[in-house]
Amino acid sequence: MNKRLLQAPYIFWSAAFIIIPLCMVFYYGLTDKTGAITLQNIMTITDPEHAKAFFLSVELSVISTIICFVLAYPLAMVLTNLHVNQHSFVVLVFILPMWMNFLLRTMAWQTLLEKSGVINGILRFLHLPALEIINTPAAIILGMVYNFLPFMVLPIYTVLTKIDENVINAARDLGANSFQTFLKVKLPLSIPGIISGITMVFVPALTTFVISALLGGSKILLIGNVIEQEFTQTGNWHFGSGLSIVLMIFIIANMVISELTDQEGEGFGI
Amino acid sequence: MSNKLIDLRNITKSFDGTLVIDDMNLYIRENEFLTLLGPSGCGKTTTLRMIGGFEKPDSGQIIFEGTDITDLAPNKRQVNTVFQKYALFPHMSIAENIAFGLKIKGKSKAYIDDKIKYALKLVNLDGYEKRKPDSLSGGQQQRIAIARAIVNEPKVLLLDEPLGALDLKLRQDMQYELIRLKNELGITFVYVTHDQEEALTMSDTIVVMNQGYIQQIGTPEMIYNEPENAFVADFIGDSNIIDSIMIKDELVEILGARFACVDTGFGNMKPVDVVIRPEDVNLTSPDEGTIQGEVTHLIFKGVHYEMEVTANGFEWLVHSTRMFPVGTKVGISVDPFNIQIMHKPASEDEEAVAIDE
Repeated sequence: MNKRLLQAPYIFWSAAFIIIPLCMVFYYGLTDKTGAITLQNIMTITDPEHAKAFFLSVELSVISTIICFVLAYPLAMVLTNLHVNQHSFVVLVFILPMWMNFLLRTMAWQTLLEKSGVINGILRFLHLPALEIINTPAAIILGMVYNFLPFMVLPIYTVLTKIDENVINAARDLGANSFQTFLKVKLPLSIPGIISGITMVFVPALTTFVISALLGGSKILLIGNVIEQEFTQTGNWHFGSGLSIVLMIFIIANMVISELTDQEGEGFGI
Repeated sequence: MSNKLIDLRNITKSFDGTLVIDDMNLYIRENEFLTLLGPSGCGKTTTLRMIGGFEKPDSGQIIFEGTDITDLAPNKRQVNTVFQKYALFPHMSIAENIAFGLKIKGKSKAYIDDKIKYALKLVNLDGYEKRKPDSLSGGQQQRIAIARAIVNEPKVLLLDEPLGALDLKLRQDMQYELIRLKNELGITFVYVTHDQEEALTMSDTIVVMNQGYIQQIGTPEMIYNEPENAFVADFIGDSNIIDSIMIKDELVEILGARFACVDTGFGNMKPVDVVIRPEDVNLTSPDEGTIQGEVTHLIFKGVHYEMEVTANGFEWLVHSTRMFPVGTKVGISVDPFNIQIMHKPASEDEEAVAIDE
């Protein structure tokens, strides 16, 4: 069978929905309204409003990624150690929320966290002070962690299940206690999973505009909201594309750096 | 050689309700090469893992140099394991792999470097310090796994089918390598395998196991020449196992003919199993043999011819350097000391372990 023919659907797909849109982003990002080439769009990132949104995005997604990692790693370890029938159940419980619409889940948090929302209703009933989380960065972080946690758990879980049980046994056999075994064998061997988990949480968290729009109110602007507004409200595709390019370059640079440190790190396993 | 180094007392172990080891008693002496031999699922690897500390017996005790270590964690035991598929740390260099145990114990850098050099020399892999495990062949990885274990100077080295993944030629080379290592190190080896040839070649003592029971313990010669039951006879080498009747001491009736033998004490007119090794069956002219038959198969095996002779309703397996073409009428005789008499299985438990091939 002709391999080229089999590739055709994907080639068509990526041309139509990846390569052409990408070219358009670059075209708009690097030209002004007259069509002349300019770096002005990219430089709008230095605009205090934009820079503030950008750094807040980075800050919130870094915090969310760290929280996701801290929650996900132990969970993935527990999942790995479970009996086969038990673990499919736990994985199911864990993935179940992902089958619900993303918007719906985030709006549910809005309802829960609102000043007169469900959580505060319960707190008031118990005569406890109300929580003022909605429309704060904390609410956005909560939304990010809630929505992206599975993307951290699954790659770490996958990489942990692939570690040969006898490699762990060998470490124990050679005198390492369980903590040393974790530090010197399990953790280094799970780095590929950690890196893909981090990427899969950090990138969507950095670019999101839905979570911040729903849980941050209109007060908190992330870079995703700024870009969205450039397209939908201001109608300035050039600025929007320019900022997208900045974000893209930032993400690619981060991935390259993590890839390089991983390769270097391999040599210093002990 | 007489000191009991490890003593397994009344060990029972089951997984998910299936009994794997049933009330096992076994001791391992200092400086002994002991092999646990049996088909898969006989409990040999479980036994090894219990000595290593990776499994806990349901009941019974494991005594190491007089101390009960049944509940001791693997990292606190003075034994090291060479795992079936090497289990090297893939993210570390060869030197780091070998250094792992020593670094945990906080040895000095100079000591560790010396040990790495020494161990690599011992397994004939000098200069491999900086390589990564996945750049080595299976045989080389296995040697590194051995090096990684022995630098810790264990009293006992546990080897779990270490040659199972290697090809035949390499496996034979490694057998001699292991014997050499054992002699140089002067420590106890406990070796698990399902390969009877490996067991016969390397061991001081062989423990034949089947379905959680020890079938026989003995030197390779004893196991081969004087198997205690049909299972051992069948599992170790080729054999003719024949239902027979012990007429009286030193006389047995095999397939209706009377053969002189050397065994005594089985009683008179008792049903027994007789094992005769194929190389111990003498083919003669029909009138010279105790019983007569006809050659039905002939295969050239290199060192000898393998023949099947049908005589008195039984297919005799015969190894001989003399060739008898198919269809030849022959006589069969067996020297008295080559007839091994075995008790019939007495209980149902033993019955369960009868030959299933």
